[in-house]
Amino acid sequence: MSAVEQTLDNPLTTGLERLPVAPTALVIFGATGDLARRKLLPALYNLAHEGALPEHFRLVGVSRKDKEHDDYREECRQAIRSFSRRTPDEEVLEGLLAHVKYVPGTFDDPSVYEELGQLLDRFDDAVGDPLSRAFYLSTAPAFFPVIVEALGQQGLNRREQADVRVIIEKPFGTSLAEATELNRRVLEVFDESQVFRIDHYLGKETVQNMLAFRFANGMFEPLWNRNYIDNVQITAAEDIGIGSRAGYYDHSGALRDLIQNHMLQLLCHVAMEPPVNFTAEEVRNEKVKVLQAIHAPTAEDVRQMAVRAQYGPGHAGGEDVVGYLEEEGVAEGSITETFAALRLEVDNWRWAGVPFYLRAGKRLARKITEIAITLKPVPHLAFSAEGSLGIRPNQLILTLQPNEGVSLQLGAKIPGTRMIIRPVNMEFLYGTSFLSQSPEAYERLITDAMRGDPTLFTRNDEVEAQWEICDPIVSTWASTPGPLSQYEAGSQGPAEAVGILCEGHRWRAI
Amino acid sequence: MPVSSDAVWSARDTTPDAIEAALRELLTARHAENGGYAPARVLNMIVFVDHAWSGEIANRLRGVGRYHASRLVVLSYEPSRRRIDARATVASEGDPGPGELSLLRETVIVEIGDPHLDDLLTIADPLVVSDLLTLLWSPHGHHHALGELLPLAQAVLVDSVDEPDAREAIARAQALARDAYVVDLAWLRSTPWRERLASTFDPPPMRRQLRTLTSLSIRHHPDSAIAAMLLIGWLASRLGWELSPLVAHHGVLSGKAHGRRQDIALHLVPSPEQQVRGLAGLELETASGLHLRLDRGPGGLHARRRWSTTGSAGGGADRSRGQEQEWTMLGASRGEAGILGEGIRQALLRDPTYAPALAAAEQIVP
Repeated sequence: MSAVEQTLDNPLTTGLERLPVAPTALVIFGATGDLARRKLLPALYNLAHEGALPEHFRLVGVSRKDKEHDDYREECRQAIRSFSRRTPDEEVLEGLLAHVKYVPGTFDDPSVYEELGQLLDRFDDAVGDPLSRAFYLSTAPAFFPVIVEALGQQGLNRREQADVRVIIEKPFGTSLAEATELNRRVLEVFDESQVFRIDHYLGKETVQNMLAFRFANGMFEPLWNRNYIDNVQITAAEDIGIGSRAGYYDHSGALRDLIQNHMLQLLCHVAMEPPVNFTAEEVRNEKVKVLQAIHAPTAEDVRQMAVRAQYGPGHAGGEDVVGYLEEEGVAEGSITETFAALRLEVDNWRWAGVPFYLRAGKRLARKITEIAITLKPVPHLAFSAEGSLGIRPNQLILTLQPNEGVSLQLGAKIPGTRMIIRPVNMEFLYGTSFLSQSPEAYERLITDAMRGDPTLFTRNDEVEAQWEICDPIVSTWASTPGPLSQYEAGSQGPAEAVGILCEGHRWRAI
Repeated sequence: MPVSSDAVWSARDTTPDAIEAALRELLTARHAENGGYAPARVLNMIVFVDHAWSGEIANRLRGVGRYHASRLVVLSYEPSRRRIDARATVASEGDPGPGELSLLRETVIVEIGDPHLDDLLTIADPLVVSDLLTLLWSPHGHHHALGELLPLAQAVLVDSVDEPDAREAIARAQALARDAYVVDLAWLRSTPWRERLASTFDPPPMRRQLRTLTSLSIRHHPDSAIAAMLLIGWLASRLGWELSPLVAHHGVLSGKAHGRRQDIALHLVPSPEQQVRGLAGLELETASGLHLRLDRGPGGLHARRRWSTTGSAGGGADRSRGQEQEWTMLGASRGEAGILGEGIRQALLRDPTYAPALAAAEQIVP
């Protein structure tokens, strides 16, 4: 292909909302798993429904279970009917399934990759041009390096005249050493530009909106620094327990499950400098700078800045519920935390001295994900003489779920003859201001990966910088014997969480 | 599935101020009933409609689902009517549970007559929510009413296929575009075709083919020639073609566009089998031997591509010369309700390619 051809713009894409995606074969490893059934297949159907898939699209499922192509197609049909956000159009559904194939086998079996390679070559022959390849690793993390290396050994990591990409689900390692080693093994086979590490929070409209909120509105930037902001609280609370995920969760815990990835991403979105432009590299460079400005804690620091706990029995949703240790599948005497809270500091010019509090937990009072930015109090309370009971520093609250919106807490005068102030809320709800239904995060992420846009994926140095912060906490906790402190299910979390707050600070009610 | 619930107010011989006050009271009452009720605040839509057709238009607007305007003001016109009657409805998506949100959407139907035609602005103005974009739609013509209400609107919804004469349709849309952003349903019907053409010619070796187009034939619903003209206008404006008026011969419009390298033969062919408005199919050829055909079909656009046995285009094209490939570009039909909903959504966006396409289409009108 000539340089002229490579740089010749496509004049037909101007003004289109949906940009073209190169013809692609998507291979899902772990094709019969829960993620594939509940998220990936419905996402692919919805992209097909909207006409957003490439004009030539092939889907291959790879899994251990032995089955025929038709059996797998039927599984896909059922999964899409059960979990799609819209009722499937039968013609579109059957059109999508007509190009689905299945390759059975274990992930370390070279014959699987040989068969896969032959299948992909046949797709190329049928279309007349090589299809881009996207390998989606939706398996247990232990298989990530196995699959990547097998793809390399079979020569499936490159294809002349086509792009080859690998999409890797979370968790990307369970420690800094594992993440570094996994990066090393992946990058021996693929270039970083071919690797798309999923953090599905980044695919959520709500998270992307944070960048629009900060960088498309001039009124916040002058206040967005240590001179005006007193502290930042990021909360990801769930009212549910671990359900049937004991097998995964008991080896993970709240810190690895939510804080190391999703919540540190939210922190980055709050604290990052405005990027020069919104290209993937510029945005990710700014996020990495934030992570690098957070010092990794020592073991002694961990005792001062981190709290963990487990939910005990209690009441949730009007029902009695069991504690974590009584949940089915949880190891006896487990010291896996279902609640974690941290105090972090971003040591740079903008944020020095401003504590960032992060907390995540299960079986808390309600489900909410929010970022609360508390401003410093006014320097002089002119209304104190007439009863300023209830006056509080302004708070800006970005709610990510369940009701996405922005709320600003202000002081206002209570109607009457006296100048008595109380806090009131000025609320903006995204749901009231847009017609469109937000696409599922996976629809956006799969499209971006097929288009080769890595903006909403985690870069290798980013994931390692996240682990640099969390690894000392993980190891300190692992070496500290249990049992863990317990909090009542359906409550605000453990009382010990107050211990990491700076003087004068308090947790927002969940 | 949430069950919607409505709060309704109606009055005879009323005024815009009274209607607006009633709306405020309805909203306050609903919020007091449940704090989870929140009024949608996306856009206003004013619809001027013949009284006899107001039911049909109401049905069409009900079909747009989540794209329903936050406040819909229907001016239902009956020439002999002397007084203003009105009915306001504040409808919710369902009853919100604790911590949940349920959007409220407001619909006001105002019955008006001839005496009110010169005062449309003062009737409608108090009824729209300030600072929200206002979209105007008059599905049955009534250009005078549209002109009266235009100062209130930032966007106007039109359907160029509704105009019996293509030249008038284009002139009308261009005139409206001087005062507001025009959303043309005829243009939106061509979106999947434009997306698929953009996609087909997106691989770098194929982009070169765009410069070598030699013929383009578009089949369309017999009443939708304007949709085909807009598609040609789009290609012409994007690819720098010079156009001249098409000539009618046995119902087919034909002509030539002048590209940078060669002429492009153009044909617009009515397709009586096509049941719905819009495009039925297209065929194009390039100097290097590509023949591409797209047909509307179940589950998406059916594509057929063939490379002639002579010439060279490079890449996979040379390997597959003489063979015909067929495939379906998946996509569900949006239906007329879906097109209308998309029109309402597009009022909040800006497509920079419509106006140039419209201007180019003007040049091929016979």
